[in-house]
Amino acid sequence: MGEVKVIGSSKSLFCTRVEWALKLKGVAYEYLEEDLLNKSPLLLKYNPVHKKVPVLVHDDKPIAESLAILEYIDETWKNNPLLPQDPYERAMARFWAKFADEKCLMRAFEAFWKEGREKEKAIESALESFAFLEKQIQGRRFFSGDDKIGYLDLAMGWIPHWLNVMEEVGGMKLIDAEKFPILHEWTQNFFEIPLIKECLPPRDALVNYFHFSMSYMRSMGANKQ
Amino acid sequence: MADDQATLLDFWASPFGMRVRIALAEKDVKYEYSEQDMRTKSALLLQMNPVHKKIPVLVHNGKPVCESLIIVQYIDEVWKDKAPLLPSDPYQRAQSKFWADFVDKKIHELCRKIWAKKGEDLEAAKKDFIDCLKLLEGELGDKPYFGGETIGYVDIAFVPFYVWFHAYETVGNFNVEAECPKLIAYCKRCLQKESVSKSLPDPQKVYNFAVKLRKRFGID
Repeated sequence: MGEVKVIGSSKSLFCTRVEWALKLKGVAYEYLEEDLLNKSPLLLKYNPVHKKVPVLVHDDKPIAESLAILEYIDETWKNNPLLPQDPYERAMARFWAKFADEKCLMRAFEAFWKEGREKEKAIESALESFAFLEKQIQGRRFFSGDDKIGYLDLAMGWIPHWLNVMEEVGGMKLIDAEKFPILHEWTQNFFEIPLIKECLPPRDALVNYFHFSMSYMRSMGANKQ
Repeated sequence: MADDQATLLDFWASPFGMRVRIALAEKDVKYEYSEQDMRTKSALLLQMNPVHKKIPVLVHNGKPVCESLIIVQYIDEVWKDKAPLLPSDPYQRAQSKFWADFVDKKIHELCRKIWAKKGEDLEAAKKDFIDCLKLLEGELGDKPYFGGETIGYVDIAFVPFYVWFHAYETVGNFNVEAECPKLIAYCKRCLQKESVSKSLPDPQKVYNFAVKLRKRFGID
């Protein structure tokens, strides 16, 4: 079904979700690691608008924006469907993926790098968002159902690994077994799936990355004052 | 679809609500329009969108769908036998989703900045805004609509912002048509379609509302 490349960065949670989707579909691809501090002509050619990763290149045609890429993968390789068939269920999956990216992830990131009273407020805000996710998964093993993972699990896939590192480096805890037992259990189940684990960046590399990220964000915050 | 019941919780001036109105009109869907008060949110709105408490919400056969572009995709999938809004080819679909997302991330954000900022920040926002509109102009090219010969997903995502341009231009002291004449010609072309003209309010009415809003929030 043509030549598939992924232009990505190994530490980026948005890129890993694309790799997971391709692996779930059994699609062979070439991975091109991008240095985000020194962007390649290839990236600038394939994503001139945002100049960001991931970009999926299928037979020389680029697709950008990770959630749009997941849908493209699902529509192009029809085995092992990622999204449900029913339009209402699809709308729900898209809604929660957008919510997780725009609210949960953004708030978790703020809870991670901010300090003092601002950190406390950010943690409160993040906890409110995660409470919605806890309610959403109720009664099922995965966000997409009981037997197998799908679009929404891939969209939430940053929680077991990236969030875990952010919690450690940022000195805060958002997902704990007491507050969010079902979400916590989901993170354990998801993390154990072999093809999920295969694509994860090494933990120490992520720890370094987030230390760097925290210093950067704090220095930017300081400069604004 | 004889037993279908659809209600749209909306606010007349919202470009996000307008997107859903256009999509429903394109598909010829009969629905009940329910104007919401943005200052005192109704029990119905809070029940149907407990997460964001925002409009638009499409309630279809009792089930709520939220977030305007997600609603438009839902409409396209449910009423699939008429006026397809997204292309059938997966690559073209992905491109449509990319550009609609661009409108959300860039156009909408920059409109907010033009609205709220002053001085250097405002000038920077205006420049970025025009740059983004020019990118859209480039993407449109020689096509009559982003969707090709008929309006589609990206047109629906973008054209509602047109009725707010007069308000932004006045606040920001600039003129979109002078910078992006092709894009304005395109917007006027869209307005010739009944599904669009019936769904968009008069820009002057939007402007008057915007002036009142600025006074209420003490921006001016």
